[in-house]
Amino acid sequence: MNYIANVGLEVHVQLKTRTKIFCGCPTTFGAPPNTHVCPVCLGYPGAMPAMNAEAIRLTVLSGLMLGCQINPASKMDRKNYYYPDMPKNYQISQYDQPLCLGGGIEITLADGSKKKIGLTRIHIEEDVGKNMHFTASSGIDFNRAGTPLMEIVTEPDIASADEAMAFLEALKEILAYGGVSDVNLEEGNLRCDVNSSVRPAGQEKLGTKTELKNMNTFKGVHRALSYEIARQISELEKGGRIRQETRRWDDLAGVTLAMRSKEEAHDYRYFPEPDLLPIVLTQAQVTEWAKALPELPEKRRARMMSDYGIPEYDAGVLSADKALADYFEATATLVKNPKAASNWIMTTVMAKLTELHLTIGEVKITPAQLAKLINLVEAKTINLPTAKEIFELMFAQGGDAGEIVKAKGLAQVSDAGAIEKIVDEAIAANPKVVADYKGGKEASFKFLVGQVMKLSKGKANPALANELLKKKLG
Amino acid sequence: MSSPDKIDVRYVAHLARMHLADGEVARLQPQLEQIVGYVQQLGELNVEGIEPTAHAIPVQNVFRADEVRPCLDHDAAMQNAPLAREGQFIVPKIIE
Ligand SMILES: [Zn+2]
Repeated sequence: MNYIANVGLEVHVQLKTRTKIFCGCPTTFGAPPNTHVCPVCLGYPGAMPAMNAEAIRLTVLSGLMLGCQINPASKMDRKNYYYPDMPKNYQISQYDQPLCLGGGIEITLADGSKKKIGLTRIHIEEDVGKNMHFTASSGIDFNRAGTPLMEIVTEPDIASADEAMAFLEALKEILAYGGVSDVNLEEGNLRCDVNSSVRPAGQEKLGTKTELKNMNTFKGVHRALSYEIARQISELEKGGRIRQETRRWDDLAGVTLAMRSKEEAHDYRYFPEPDLLPIVLTQAQVTEWAKALPELPEKRRARMMSDYGIPEYDAGVLSADKALADYFEATATLVKNPKAASNWIMTTVMAKLTELHLTIGEVKITPAQLAKLINLVEAKTINLPTAKEIFELMFAQGGDAGEIVKAKGLAQVSDAGAIEKIVDEAIAANPKVVADYKGGKEASFKFLVGQVMKLSKGKANPALANELLKKKLG
Repeated sequence: MSSPDKIDVRYVAHLARMHLADGEVARLQPQLEQIVGYVQQLGELNVEGIEPTAHAIPVQNVFRADEVRPCLDHDAAMQNAPLAREGQFIVPKIIE
């Protein structure tokens, strides 16, 4: 029998604020345990939370980028439960009036077709502390407690592990573009709960779902979901049934396991947070914030293809990172052949970034300087190998390509008379190779071209050298 | 709204992590029902056309600027901890 999987994600994203959501403690990662804490985020009785305006603005921006409706009236609620990493015994979250409603992301499937994954809502809440396990006890660090999170909840529209991966990649790209989150997975900026169920093809009603909690890598989500969907199908094929439960992904064993803790029906007893007042967003306010929105990756890809005439592949690579796309566009507008700019950035520049673990922002060569270098090649003032040499110099110390060419005497020799002299020299110095060539050995020609380039110290215009050599050898 | 005679005192006590003796359950049962019953009188009011509100005062959008403030000194933060280790609050082992 064929089965259809329905997967919904709850993605928790850390917002890029300087301070926590309800207090002035910094959100910087990696501080010694319990040094970024205060009475508010330690949950001392009587300490009063104060809403960080930036958390609201960043969530609204995210909602706008993801096509959500911005809720004009929103409020905070208490979600009550006990866990050692949550000092107040309730989490301040949003229940029935989240900041954003609806929306969705279009993902590209393996066959190139598009599919929209719908969003249910986005709400804001505070993060909990971090726990660490000792042999006979656990330790709690509250530095992370109170970090502002937005929870992005999807509809159960995702049908496979690949689609979940595509959704997460697209989401990460958009959020990074908007500058609303650092989306640094290593630092736990993006974690998700995965709800999945399967149903026989033809059955309308969704199957019983299981929940995988706190997944923090995309690869983990993909592997866990592949396993979980297969597990559920095989369970049903055996005539078994799926228990509604929370499961844990064991990355080493490559399996999902039912959590050991007793599964209780959740009874969070949500009620309005008395210490925080309602949030009312006017259309004027939202419009004002919307001015800070960047062009989104999907749109930018299409525009870059039409504006610069670059292939879809190039546009995809260059638009994946906002700073890289900005760098490309700044360069492309200054060169005669934008495809050359794309080639340079995708190969030479990006290889350097990978090699030296740099980001595009740390590159010393400005787009204007790179454009000048590219134009020197296009105008045949220098050849490509020389240009690569100059690039290395510029990469190390910055500088102007034209000046380096002048200072080092690297300008390409395109003067036929001068090259002819060198060609004659090469022919005179290699009578045996010339004889081989005349005897039909094609490879000898390449050798002679190499000799011409060497004698010219790499400056000869290769096309011209070829042409003259051919002519001389008859 | 559910009728007050359905209060499950043991369940409510469990949610509050309270241990009650049988006698206490018996004593609290009518008391809780009486309290909830009293509040439920509000259900008799006609509230048609009245916007629900979570707050008694008509104030909204009270925000704080995203500016770092001094934190608690680490030693002060830990001084009430019954147990601490490596800068962390120690709790009974968490089982997942
Ligand atoms: Zn704090």
